[in-house]
Amino acid sequence: MKPSRTLATARRVLRQLSHDPRTIALLLFVPVLLLVLLYYVFDADRRAFDSIGASLLGIFPLVTMFLVTSIATLRERTSGTLERLLSMPLGKGDLIAGYALAFGVLAIVQASIATGVAVWLLDLNFAGSPWLLLLIALLDAILGTALGLFVSAFAASEFQVVQFMPAVIFPQLLLCGLFAPRDTMQPVLEYISNVLPMSYAVDGMNEVLQHTDATGDFVRDIAIVGGSALLVLFLGAATLRRRTA
Amino acid sequence: MVRGSRTVIDDLSFDVAPATVTGLLGPSGCGKSTLMRAVVGTQAKVTGTLDVLGSPAGAAPLRASVGYVTQDPSVYGDLTARQNLDYYASVLGIPRRERADQVTRALTDVDLMSHADALTGNLSGGQHSRVSLAVALLGSPRLLVLDEPTVGLDPVLRRDLWDLFHRLAAERGTTLLISSHVMDEADRCQSLLLMRSGRLLAADTPQALRTRTGTDSVEGAFLHLVDEAREAESNS
Ligand SMILES: Nc1ncnc2c1ncn2[C@@H]1O[C@H](COP(=O)(O)OP(=O)(O)OP(=O)(O)O)[C@@H](O)[C@H]1O
Ligand SMILES: [Mg+2]
Repeated sequence: MKPSRTLATARRVLRQLSHDPRTIALLLFVPVLLLVLLYYVFDADRRAFDSIGASLLGIFPLVTMFLVTSIATLRERTSGTLERLLSMPLGKGDLIAGYALAFGVLAIVQASIATGVAVWLLDLNFAGSPWLLLLIALLDAILGTALGLFVSAFAASEFQVVQFMPAVIFPQLLLCGLFAPRDTMQPVLEYISNVLPMSYAVDGMNEVLQHTDATGDFVRDIAIVGGSALLVLFLGAATLRRRTA
Repeated sequence: MVRGSRTVIDDLSFDVAPATVTGLLGPSGCGKSTLMRAVVGTQAKVTGTLDVLGSPAGAAPLRASVGYVTQDPSVYGDLTARQNLDYYASVLGIPRRERADQVTRALTDVDLMSHADALTGNLSGGQHSRVSLAVALLGSPRLLVLDEPTVGLDPVLRRDLWDLFHRLAAERGTTLLISSHVMDEADRCQSLLLMRSGRLLAADTPQALRTRTGTDSVEGAFLHLVDEAREAESNS
């Protein structure tokens, strides 16, 4: 791995996006619109909005970066650019870190806008520091990027890759504590939710919501999210083959 | 070499002389692209020995010295031609201060300077594949493997590109392996590899092939050799 190649890859990915302003606009503003929508859905129950809004701030980066990365890397695989890159002196780690970096930057912008709107316009009451929120959002985005990269190896077309969204993301959404607290679920489901990384992303957001300082639980949550992102990135690297059939 | 469930290339052996232009010719589906992928080291399940510039094909040190152009253009449609080249140049490890010059030179070589800042996806088919070709000209590759680089281009541009290929071989000592199924391009090569269904029919200079088969064009020589091979098959 060489930092210059990682940076070049990240810059290339961002340049590709810069030619596609509509995608950027969707990435940055759909989360905000959904938050506003939710605000009025919970018109009569502002406390419920606090908790669900905070959870969503953790979920958006993961879901959007998952989608963008899985499609982007699938395209890279099918257009022959991946084959060409791997016949050049590019480390697999450079490619993956480049993607993670580019989408990480995008996620920071996305999370800043969404958090800003939630806190200042929608009166979402966070006890903790907004920096901690950004930290989780960033790790979530990297986890989403990692999952997207990994999953794109098992899809042969855009149709298939989009179907991975309900397969990989929805179960995590249902079990992450957004709909019912995790400890009230049927024990088997609670156990499953304990091994799904999105649960910790949401838990971490709620820690920041409720506590002024970074609690031990918060540190554990971000360590788990960051650790799973790293693990899945390594798995993703293993799906990149220099020689193919 | 096995692709899917079938053996695509079998029992094949050849040499390519350094600093020459070697043509790889044969009908569609005969295994040209597969052979080229093996040479650059992206083809799995290759058995036997294949040495490229003194190392086994696909070895890490070769990655910066072998340029490869796939049959379908492999560049990013959502980047401009210049941005594509700039990215590939940094992947090849070309130092930043040389990068802009190299990119300009490669774009000039394929006659694309006038479209350097247009989005590659909006270029015509021939322009698109020339962006892909320009990528392979970056750096100073010692071996260029070009899979049908002149398909769909007009005669003037084709002549210019072949002139470029010969200049690369003569002036920079680059070895070129170029596939085509346009037989009139064969005469521009210094030596030829004729393939048919995964096997080598002949490996020689165009002149020698014509003399040996008593024909007056490479196309005639190829057809002659194919008929010979067919006869041999039906007799056995
Ligand atoms: N991914 C693949 N899986 C299985 N078989 C394949 C694959 N790619 C190619 N083949 C088969 O391998 C054989 C040789 O293909 P190849 O692409 O090397 O031909 P080619 O000589 O380059 O043809 P063309 O001139 O049309 O490009 C063909 O019979 C093709 O069907
Ligand atoms: Mg081919």
